[in-house]
Amino acid sequence: MGDRSRYATIFLQILLFSLMAALLGRLFYLQVAATEKYQDAALEIQSRNVVTPATRGMILDSGGKPLALNRVGLVITADRSILDKEPDRGVAALKETAKALKMSYEEVFGKTRLCGEKVDPSLTGGARCWNGSRYQPIPVSVDASEEIALAIVEHAERYPGVNASPQGFRYYPGTEGVNGAHLLGYVGPVSENELAASTSKKYYLNEYVGKAGLEKVYDADLRGAPGVKTIVVDRKESVTSTLKETKAIPGNHLVTSIDAKLQAVVERELVAAITRARAGVVDKKGPRKADSGAAVVMDVKTGRILAIASYPNYNPNIWERGITAKQARDLFSTKTGVPALSRALQGTFAPASAFKVVSVAAAAKAGYDLNGKYDCPAEFQVGNRTFRNYESKGAGRITLEQGIAISCDTLWYEIAYNEWLKDGGLRPNKERNDYFYNAAAGFNLGKRTGIDLPSESAGRLADRQWRSQWHDRNKDFYCNYEKRAKKSQLTPYLIAIAKENCVDGGKIRAGDAVNFAIGQGDTTMTPLQMAQIYAAIANGGTMWKPTVGRAIITPTGELVREIAPEKAGTLPVSKKTMAFLKRSLRAVITSGTAQWRFAGMPIAVSGKTGTGEVYGKNPDGSNKDTTSWFASYAPSDAPRYAVVMMISQGGTGSGTSGPSIRRIYEAIFGVQGQKIVTEQAIFPSAPPSQIPRRPKVDQP
Amino acid sequence: MTLASGIRRKGNRSRFERVAIVDRFDIPLLIAVTALLAIGILLVYAATRDWFASFGGDPEYYLKRHALNIVIGLLLAFGTTLIDYRLLRAYTPILWAISVLGLIAVLIPGIGATVNGARAWIALPGGLQIQPAELAKIAIIVGIAMILAEKHDGYEEPQAIDVLQALAVAAIPVLLIVVQPDLGTTVIIGASVVTMIAVSGAQLRWSVGLLGLAGIGAFVAIKLGVVADYQLNRLQSFVDPTADPQSTGYQLRQARITIGSGGLFGKGLFNGPQTSGRFVPEQQTDFIFTVAGEEFGFVGCAIIVALYALLLWRAFIIARRANDLFGRLVGLGVTAWFGFQIFENIGMTLGLAPMTGVPLPLLSYGGSSMFATLIGVGLLLNIRARS
Repeated sequence: MGDRSRYATIFLQILLFSLMAALLGRLFYLQVAATEKYQDAALEIQSRNVVTPATRGMILDSGGKPLALNRVGLVITADRSILDKEPDRGVAALKETAKALKMSYEEVFGKTRLCGEKVDPSLTGGARCWNGSRYQPIPVSVDASEEIALAIVEHAERYPGVNASPQGFRYYPGTEGVNGAHLLGYVGPVSENELAASTSKKYYLNEYVGKAGLEKVYDADLRGAPGVKTIVVDRKESVTSTLKETKAIPGNHLVTSIDAKLQAVVERELVAAITRARAGVVDKKGPRKADSGAAVVMDVKTGRILAIASYPNYNPNIWERGITAKQARDLFSTKTGVPALSRALQGTFAPASAFKVVSVAAAAKAGYDLNGKYDCPAEFQVGNRTFRNYESKGAGRITLEQGIAISCDTLWYEIAYNEWLKDGGLRPNKERNDYFYNAAAGFNLGKRTGIDLPSESAGRLADRQWRSQWHDRNKDFYCNYEKRAKKSQLTPYLIAIAKENCVDGGKIRAGDAVNFAIGQGDTTMTPLQMAQIYAAIANGGTMWKPTVGRAIITPTGELVREIAPEKAGTLPVSKKTMAFLKRSLRAVITSGTAQWRFAGMPIAVSGKTGTGEVYGKNPDGSNKDTTSWFASYAPSDAPRYAVVMMISQGGTGSGTSGPSIRRIYEAIFGVQGQKIVTEQAIFPSAPPSQIPRRPKVDQP
Repeated sequence: MTLASGIRRKGNRSRFERVAIVDRFDIPLLIAVTALLAIGILLVYAATRDWFASFGGDPEYYLKRHALNIVIGLLLAFGTTLIDYRLLRAYTPILWAISVLGLIAVLIPGIGATVNGARAWIALPGGLQIQPAELAKIAIIVGIAMILAEKHDGYEEPQAIDVLQALAVAAIPVLLIVVQPDLGTTVIIGASVVTMIAVSGAQLRWSVGLLGLAGIGAFVAIKLGVVADYQLNRLQSFVDPTADPQSTGYQLRQARITIGSGGLFGKGLFNGPQTSGRFVPEQQTDFIFTVAGEEFGFVGCAIIVALYALLLWRAFIIARRANDLFGRLVGLGVTAWFGFQIFENIGMTLGLAPMTGVPLPLLSYGGSSMFATLIGVGLLLNIRARS
């Protein structure tokens, strides 16, 4: 053997054994070092989940009456894993089913195709494909009659793979006449996005989940855990074995602090106020647009919501069997008033005179004598602009309490203007008092209340910081106003304002300061924020985080957890100022703007009206009407309830909302004429403190 | 080799011939081969049992055919050992001619059958198919060994003319295999040919030159589009397994997952869900190793690789102890063939080598491959018995 030959042989030997060693090394990596990764991957390839949805828990009112429950419908399902094993791949069975259900065969065929399966669209009759798994029985019809369901179950040989079974549907029964659409929300099939984001929540395809309202916030409690059968399949998707099976765990019930009866009253009274405004019977100004509104009733001792309503609303059961395209469009259409929007926590409006409780706190801090006398002229001059009282009436020299009662604006103009000057006017001092802005911040303006309902608005606190940010965003527009604005916006007044905004729109001007003091201008609040503030005044200064959820109970009646009230802050108000506020708010009802609406009321109510100016025009070209506010609490000496109503473009606070506020209190306390009939009261003594352990449902 | 040693060996031969040939078989080699065949029977059964049962077929269909292939293969191997390997030279031209005719036949429509994109099969009556390329491997190895072992003009080492002759012997069947196209077999035969030229003692430039030529050839073939798209895809999915998730990438990913999920000890025979679910295509033939990976785990796979290493080690020893250059070249040719094919096949399932459709020697289901492999084993035993 020559050297070349020997070396080549040795080289070959080394090469081949190195290759074998490489195989061993790679095997070690795949099967020992990284085996976990590959085991997971293998399981994912082989396993399929068949999901049995859990019975969703009910939503109950504070007495246990159901606000949301499950109605049972008869569902006809087709099981593809059985159908596909038929010699004709289930064609005959589906044809029989179509005949029984009086549907077209194409529709039944289309409904039982999986999304992603390649099917000629002309064969499916336009039916929607099934986005669940092949092993899950596919619903063909959800409201079969008992007769058809029985026929299918009894003649199983004619309908292989087809079955009829009762299935729960979410249903909002309208207990006591409640609508509650915004409050309760709705459920729908889990979306692709929710599935993708559900690492911790563990959603399954085709599961129903809460999409809005309480259904969404308390979804984790209500949903329970679906039963999951994990099966192992082969490449042809035939089942080879069952890996594990878990039973569905029914969801827990949510007990709310809502009282169904009161909720119905509040919803009715909200509509009554809107009707009143539209009819134009409240004052000389005639019919109002009254496009929307909201009302909130809060327990001032806990912040619990006893009733919450928004107008316009919609039928919560439109979601039950799939919403139509038109229904979906209408929900978000401005023509129908965007019924999907909950005005109580998403509608933001200038608070107007209802804001003056904040101004009182500011003035007291600034050292103004709450018991002193102030001028209330018909108008007040700030620079070259004239600021008027509502309806341009003067009241002479009056006490601050009277000023609140009759809602004098001009006395606030003077105080706010003086404070503005003291803080440096257009050239603000480095060291400023900012009494009004600080007080408003202390009342949590511009801050979400934190209610257990989704998508709450924060409103807006138009303080110095906001003003300067606003200017940075908009100065370009205002400095080129005549080029950028629409023709209809080129009025001399608007051009003048634009010029002003261009030059010093980033600063608080005197006009901004005086407007701020009477709740006008750019500051906005939600009705819920208003209720939080008035409840805090009523209870002596504690701002509660509003809550609707009261407790979670199991279907067998055990308490899972109580949802405790939480403090959200304390009003920045001294005891003396608080006493003054209480006196003044009572005076509003006894001798002030709301007196005419509360004559003969046997329950002492305190409150404040507000009539908010709104700039801008309606789509039909008319000027926007004023916002009607009424914020109140009762009984005045031992407050328990705060009631707030707001009607957008509704006219005056007392005129439009006043009577409805009164009726709500009458329902709560059982007032009949001028007497109190305790048996008629919704809450004879107080809101219920016991948590109901069982739903009060009439079992069929 | 000196003249003296040649005389001594000649003297020894007569003594050996009195002893039965079986007594001179290489025991470790036999143990390795027998063990691998036994494991192969289990793996083929595991790979096909549930599949056939699922549509009401005979779950032992593949098992029986595989066993029959092994029996025929063992008879062929035994037959190979009976004639002195040196006398095999006489039959080599006939074997070579049959292979070439077979390789031409597969290209004729009506005779050749296309499987997985390659015209590599001749369909016989009764559902039987044979793959002439497997036979060609033996013809080429023995043929080249014959040419390179001829002594010319007193040179110990093969000269240019020998190498060119050897290349011509290999080139005709290889070109026919390229046309099929069967890239895997081409690469394995090519590697074996280069190996044999290198170990024959020919000038180094031949083997280096051939390797360079192979590289240029591959580059040109890809550029000219001679290589079919699916072959390019296979290469691409070796480089980047996510490039073609539907077909080749899918197969490779499944193979890797199946093997990786086996873990240290495997899921146990007949207990692999990936295997019984047939998630890996071709799992009784080219991807048989995935079954071992899933059901026997790292321990089982390491034993299989060790058995192959034992087989290769014995093959080296047999080649080294061969009486003559011809025996040594045949032995090393067979060793290279086995070694490269084992690495190519297992490496493919592990993601170490590109995907080419070659069976795993002694384990994969498939008659032609089994026969050829066992004839190769027979050649090794023959050389051992007569050294």
